[in-house]
Amino acid sequence: MLRTRVIACLDVREGRVVKGVNFVNLTDEGDPVELAARYAAEGIDEIVYLDIAASPQGRRALLDVVRRTARNVFVPLTVGGGVRSAGDMRAVLRAGADKVSFNTAAVLRPSLIAECAAAFGSQCVVLAVDGRAAEGGWNVFINGGRRDAGRDAVEWAAEGARRGAGEILLTSMDRDGTHLGFDIPLTKAVTEAVDVPVIASGGAGRPSHFAEAVTEANASAVLAAGIFHRGQVSIAAVKQEMSDAGVPVRMVLPRAAGASRRPA
Amino acid sequence: MNPRPPVRIGLIDHGAGNLVSIEQGLEQAGAEVSIVAEPSGLEEMDGLVLPGVGAAGAAMRRLAEAGLVEPLRAWAGPLLGICVGLQLFFTFSEEDGSRCLDLDRGAVRRLAGAPLLPHIGWNDLRFGADPLFAGIPPDAAFYFVHSYAPAPEDPSIAIAHADYPDPFVAAVRSGPRTGVQFHPERSGEWGLRLLSNFAAEAAGAPAGRRGG
Repeated sequence: MLRTRVIACLDVREGRVVKGVNFVNLTDEGDPVELAARYAAEGIDEIVYLDIAASPQGRRALLDVVRRTARNVFVPLTVGGGVRSAGDMRAVLRAGADKVSFNTAAVLRPSLIAECAAAFGSQCVVLAVDGRAAEGGWNVFINGGRRDAGRDAVEWAAEGARRGAGEILLTSMDRDGTHLGFDIPLTKAVTEAVDVPVIASGGAGRPSHFAEAVTEANASAVLAAGIFHRGQVSIAAVKQEMSDAGVPVRMVLPRAAGASRRPA
Repeated sequence: MNPRPPVRIGLIDHGAGNLVSIEQGLEQAGAEVSIVAEPSGLEEMDGLVLPGVGAAGAAMRRLAEAGLVEPLRAWAGPLLGICVGLQLFFTFSEEDGSRCLDLDRGAVRRLAGAPLLPHIGWNDLRFGADPLFAGIPPDAAFYFVHSYAPAPEDPSIAIAHADYPDPFVAAVRSGPRTGVQFHPERSGEWGLRLLSNFAAEAAGAPAGRRGG
């Protein structure tokens, strides 16, 4: 049976993990590779790196982080932030990512999704949608949450899937950093509108929130950042709660590290 | 006992995808890994790994441009196909109608009955006694990210199945040629064990492109 994924997201800037509330007030939270390795050992099912600066020097630092991660952490790795072309995507995949997520660039030029899906397959093209409540629904925000794209988030997610995105990474900007739980109505609206997996993101504060995103909104995966980084909630506790709620998860014993370990 | 030279594994590079984790996983198993982007040097390898990402047609075009199609067809030693690399073993892929290597008869078909595609995530396997799965517990989960899987004409080459929710072929073996639909390089401890099992099999085989 397919296990529901628990994903840790690391916002990376100039090669360091940072975290803010509602995308502002960033604080340094450590080395991405160290954190990723720790999460893999604790049973994380996937790692996401979002390059939130995406400057030229930040890009080089990110690719270096991706390479170091691929050499040390043997769980799936998705990378996003500032990827604007199939060429950018190739560089990230070659550095060691499994999937690449697109946000602003895809909103500004939707044909980018089909170009990248044709080059590398839909299975490694993730559309990141940052949604915020607006009149009658949710609007898409771009440029790291600073700009309202004036589009309906649910419709955009559906269009992205039609254009070839193999997965939707859906972040509620209203809930991001609040610890109030995932945005169930937004997540449910998107899972009902697409036939690709949806990752719920934004707002996780305690283990029961993760289970709710699956049982109430049909998320295929659940993602959190700060609460894992600060050790407020353990991955094991999240998985136990999900399992108790009847959601199939991959249980990992503490010794069974997904990180580098020479097999006997 | 004299120290043995490390097993030499050629990792086929056809221009896409993450080779870093596969290379590292094999090196952790004690293998000496060479990235192979052209036919020369293949004969020095004890085993080959054929990874893959994207559609089969694009991968076949890149293999053809690199002059690797015939050498792969002629290769008779240990071979591990991963994801699209496994799919290339078959006659053709329904994904884009492309001809593949035709080492194993059969088609690569879209997963039938799947609620959502792609099939992304960690899933269980049902496998029997095969050296590729030596030491791996029956409840180990492996990471999949794909929408297509092979439908071999000879069902006996399937050495593992998974369910989504319908059963599909998750691993095959024809002699020394093995392939897995999941990503061992992304499947934590047990994925590394599978890569290590493959390296051990390649180390046990007579060196070079024997019998080709």
